[in-house]
Amino acid sequence: MRKISHFIVIAFLLMGTISSAQTDMDAIMMEKNALCIGPMFGYSSWKNYWEGTLKRDNENLGKVSTTMYSVMGAYGITNKLNVLFGLPYIKTKASAGQLKGQKGLQDLSLWVKWKAYSKKLGQGRLSLFAIGGYSFPVSDYTADFLPLSLGLESQNLSLRGMLDYQRGAWFGTLSGTYTRRNNIEIDRDAYYTTEMHYSNEVEMPDVITVNLRGGYRNKGLIAEAVLENMVTQGGFDISRNNMPFPSNKMNATRIAFNFKYDMPFHPPLSLTGNVFTTVDGRNMGQSSGFNAGIFYVIDFSRKQKPTRESEKK
Amino acid sequence: MKKLYIIPFILILLFVQSCSKDFTERNLEYPALQPASLDINAGTWKPILLTAPTEFPVAAPVATTSPDYIIQLNEIKSFQTRVSEQEKKAVNYWSAGAVLRWNEIMRELVALHNLPPYQNPDGTYPVPSPNNPLAYPQFPFANPPYASRAYAYVSAAQYDALVAAWHYKKLYNRQAPYVVDAAINAMVPKSDLPSYPSEDAVVAGVTTELLKLMFPGDQEYIQAKAEEHKRARLIAGANVRSDLEAGEALGKLVAQKFVARARTDRAGTAGGNPATWAQFEAECIARGEEPWISQESPKRPPMLPLFGKVRPFLFDSLTMVTQIRPPAPPSTSSQQFKDETAEVLYYSQNPTRERLRIVQFWADGVATTTPPGHWNDIASADFVSQNFSEVRWARNMALLNMAMFDAAIVTWDAKFTYFNPRPSQVDVRIKTLTGLPNFPSYISGHSTFSAAAATILGHIIPSKAVTYEEMAQEAALSRLYGSIHYRSDCEVGITCGNKIGVFAIQRALTDGAE
Repeated sequence: MRKISHFIVIAFLLMGTISSAQTDMDAIMMEKNALCIGPMFGYSSWKNYWEGTLKRDNENLGKVSTTMYSVMGAYGITNKLNVLFGLPYIKTKASAGQLKGQKGLQDLSLWVKWKAYSKKLGQGRLSLFAIGGYSFPVSDYTADFLPLSLGLESQNLSLRGMLDYQRGAWFGTLSGTYTRRNNIEIDRDAYYTTEMHYSNEVEMPDVITVNLRGGYRNKGLIAEAVLENMVTQGGFDISRNNMPFPSNKMNATRIAFNFKYDMPFHPPLSLTGNVFTTVDGRNMGQSSGFNAGIFYVIDFSRKQKPTRESEKK
Repeated sequence: MKKLYIIPFILILLFVQSCSKDFTERNLEYPALQPASLDINAGTWKPILLTAPTEFPVAAPVATTSPDYIIQLNEIKSFQTRVSEQEKKAVNYWSAGAVLRWNEIMRELVALHNLPPYQNPDGTYPVPSPNNPLAYPQFPFANPPYASRAYAYVSAAQYDALVAAWHYKKLYNRQAPYVVDAAINAMVPKSDLPSYPSEDAVVAGVTTELLKLMFPGDQEYIQAKAEEHKRARLIAGANVRSDLEAGEALGKLVAQKFVARARTDRAGTAGGNPATWAQFEAECIARGEEPWISQESPKRPPMLPLFGKVRPFLFDSLTMVTQIRPPAPPSTSSQQFKDETAEVLYYSQNPTRERLRIVQFWADGVATTTPPGHWNDIASADFVSQNFSEVRWARNMALLNMAMFDAAIVTWDAKFTYFNPRPSQVDVRIKTLTGLPNFPSYISGHSTFSAAAATILGHIIPSKAVTYEEMAQEAALSRLYGSIHYRSDCEVGITCGNKIGVFAIQRALTDGAE
């Protein structure tokens, strides 16, 4: 499944994850009537985090880890229009201190990916994509338990523009995403950000993410390096020795290496995986981790075609 | 076909542009204060520290026909010729009530300062210094006992200052500028209450003076609020400058009595020292009990271990020990203790969404207004609908906050008399659903605060007495559900809190306001 290249960049927000991205971050399309689906496992952890811009550890949290089990899939409505989904189950844990980790279903992500334009350019091919996403919590978890909450609870609408250029087996992809986050409701009816708020509603600042990736992409194998920068548009810093809050200004710069490998003996079956780490951040944990998945492509077209067809330009 | 693909993106764009993220904050919706009664005889109500409402003199005002007064009216008129949107907003904000707004400001300062200091490199903890409030760790660490004391002193002082103000209002009977001069526009509801000295300026004066002691590093913010407040009253046509000046001066004088009490109430030494910390532990072991140990890393000294020695408002320390101090908790070697610990473990391992909601709603942990602040918010929302006069607002807030301050003293006395370990200390399987407070378990502060608050609030608004009692029960159980307290801590806390609330009711019945 060329589709789930990805980088589960599941933006590993300070502690917890906002799920985003699976194959919605790459330039690969499922062909019409083909479904790529499979389970993913992910683990990430951090010991250090940024309290505002101050990097520190916390002996009362120790190592904060997130374990994720998810199902993800992509389906080709047409060769140029795909829908994708992802649904993670999350477990959080702090290795020190007394706070109890949380577990439960997090957010369902839905994406529509449209290959809007594709043209031969020079020795290669240039493609443009427009991608829209929507994610929302599917369980009644609370965001107001950072760093151990399952997620940030907001409903998110994302709009992404993506540019891909492939020449031979080598490619580069650049995308920019604007994520609009709805306000959330927490269980208390007053809270302090940089001032008191007498409401259970919390304004969630929007997020802009820029993602640059490149590497090898050919029949049966994708290997790519990823650089991603996420910047929250607003929000506030964690004050000294305070706890994090969902509407903090959460920024992160991450690098990752992703691969996807189709089983030569049975190409519809593929393995994907990645490793990632956080090189800089603000109000977030310096998380590192990995994800791994097994995917299978089912072609619902009458006439069966080899999966590799889907990679043809 | 391609055009169809665009539809979702157009929808997204529309969504992004059309949906505002603005939301309503309930305290900004409060209407202008229109007291059901002027409480014109409140000058006869029993003050808390003042010997008499006349203890501090207020000079007779100039006549409303005097040239000096005309100049003051003209000042208002010049303000009213052009009132900016920002000024209108300030007038509306402050019109909800001086006691209310200053209570909110104080809560905000508590939330800002309710952060435990970060440790030193050697694993010890720095102590905030009132003499150097802006250096890290900033002064104060507005933890629940500290906050309860700040709320109590400010509320009690506001009450005494307003009792004095009401005495002089009735004595001098100078009407508000919008009554004296029909050309002055009343931007707030008109009242027949004499405006000299200004009750708003009294509250601003007494509060700013006390906040110098309680929040010495935030003077710029506090002074800016006071200036905005006084200016709003001028712009509103509700006070002339001499109303404000007389009120502010009176407020500052009354504050001094409370500052003097605060300096000698033993709160300054409540932090103790390594010798006292060790002594609590040794005494507990000598009684054959398992002592409390800090579960923070590095181990943090217990919060204000000598706060139980602080002077209460509603009773004396001897009464506290003989009539309110609870009996010893179940022995750490008893079957009851084991059973109660097992119950905590059950709640730790079996959280439900509803119990988590309760834990979160009442948590009032770091960077919040603390449990006393939460009850101030609950009281404020209800007092708004009662249309109390400023002096009755202050009286009721004083009763509430003196009760909760005394509840903090009783709680801390019990905690350090018994030095009982937290559930997660005796059973490592117990993980907590809220922050674990760094002081002994018995009795629960939340329970004691809440019961004291619910009891006096139920007296003030009898129709809500049952509701308040239910809220207090929920607040108490939230600590069991959060797995940081045994059931005994909560139940005995409720009992103690109720007793303290009854002391507040006894005062309420005899202060002349009912």
